[in-house]
Amino acid sequence: MTPSAHALGSVLAAGPGFEAPGLEAFYPHPLWSFTLLGIPFEITRITLILWIATLAMIGLLVATVRKPQIVPGKLQFLGESGYSLVRDGIARDVVGPKGLSFAPFLAALFFFILANNMMSIIPFAQISPMSKFAFPLVLALICYVIYIWIGIREQGVGKYFKDILFLPGVPVFMYVLVTPIEILQNFIVRPFTLAVRLFANMFAGHMLLLVFSLGATYLFTVGGLSYVFGGISFLMAIVMTFFELLVIFLQAYVFTVLMGTYLNGSIEAEH
Amino acid sequence: MDVLAALTGSIGSVGYGLAAIGPGIGVGIVWAAYIQATARQPESAGLTRTYAFLGFALSEALALIGFVVPFVFGT
Repeated sequence: MTPSAHALGSVLAAGPGFEAPGLEAFYPHPLWSFTLLGIPFEITRITLILWIATLAMIGLLVATVRKPQIVPGKLQFLGESGYSLVRDGIARDVVGPKGLSFAPFLAALFFFILANNMMSIIPFAQISPMSKFAFPLVLALICYVIYIWIGIREQGVGKYFKDILFLPGVPVFMYVLVTPIEILQNFIVRPFTLAVRLFANMFAGHMLLLVFSLGATYLFTVGGLSYVFGGISFLMAIVMTFFELLVIFLQAYVFTVLMGTYLNGSIEAEH
Repeated sequence: MDVLAALTGSIGSVGYGLAAIGPGIGVGIVWAAYIQATARQPESAGLTRTYAFLGFALSEALALIGFVVPFVFGT
């Protein structure tokens, strides 16, 4: 039984009052749990969704390049335009001339996030792994390590940290104000907002769909005039699913673009 | 001390409403500026799109933090 079905059950069982969906949808029962090296692991529905989404995306991308032709077919066109969106639109234009070597990484990031976000509107999955904070957090930490490492590699340890701590071109007495802001901005706010943005969007999307669909179900059980409002609520659930589709693409793109600008800041010395 | 005013219920949603004001205005300004730039100079659309998304994402983050905080600190 899926957590959403569980929530539906509790809505229907609650009787007279409507019980708003809470956080229980994000904590499904573990399908399989084991302990490895003293660390407890739990394989839940969401873990399975993550694997399936990733495998499906790998399968799709491999299928698009398996038989490349000079005049691309539909599938090849899909894969090529997806990759060129990241390669030309982000790696070349945002990161800069040195950015093309980051195109595979950025593309992997984009397609991984896209595949996982997409699971939030695909029937029977309908929850994105990215609505669990752990997944975006790990992605953001990977990006955090990479852009600092690239900054050190491209500019050298001294210059990279000196430019962040003491922004060139700022009057000396302003460092009192600017240095703390820059430290906060570069080492705390950036990875945090990167993770929170993706997480909160997918989390909010899932909650929205839950509220409208559970609300519709509840209103249909009440009967009478509520059938009208139930219908409206159901319609809103469909509209919100399409809105979710927009958010899915937007967030995958925004995450990659932001990582591109951070890389750009690390590669190019000037701010 | 006597209680002068009390608020019960979902205060987090009030907080989210307050948190959404600024980002709402900010996101509006970002897209308005992008549309204006594109209308004035259509060939700059590709150039400014990245910055539009960047500004949009940065201002939107505040609203999203406001959305998540009630769940984190609620009850």
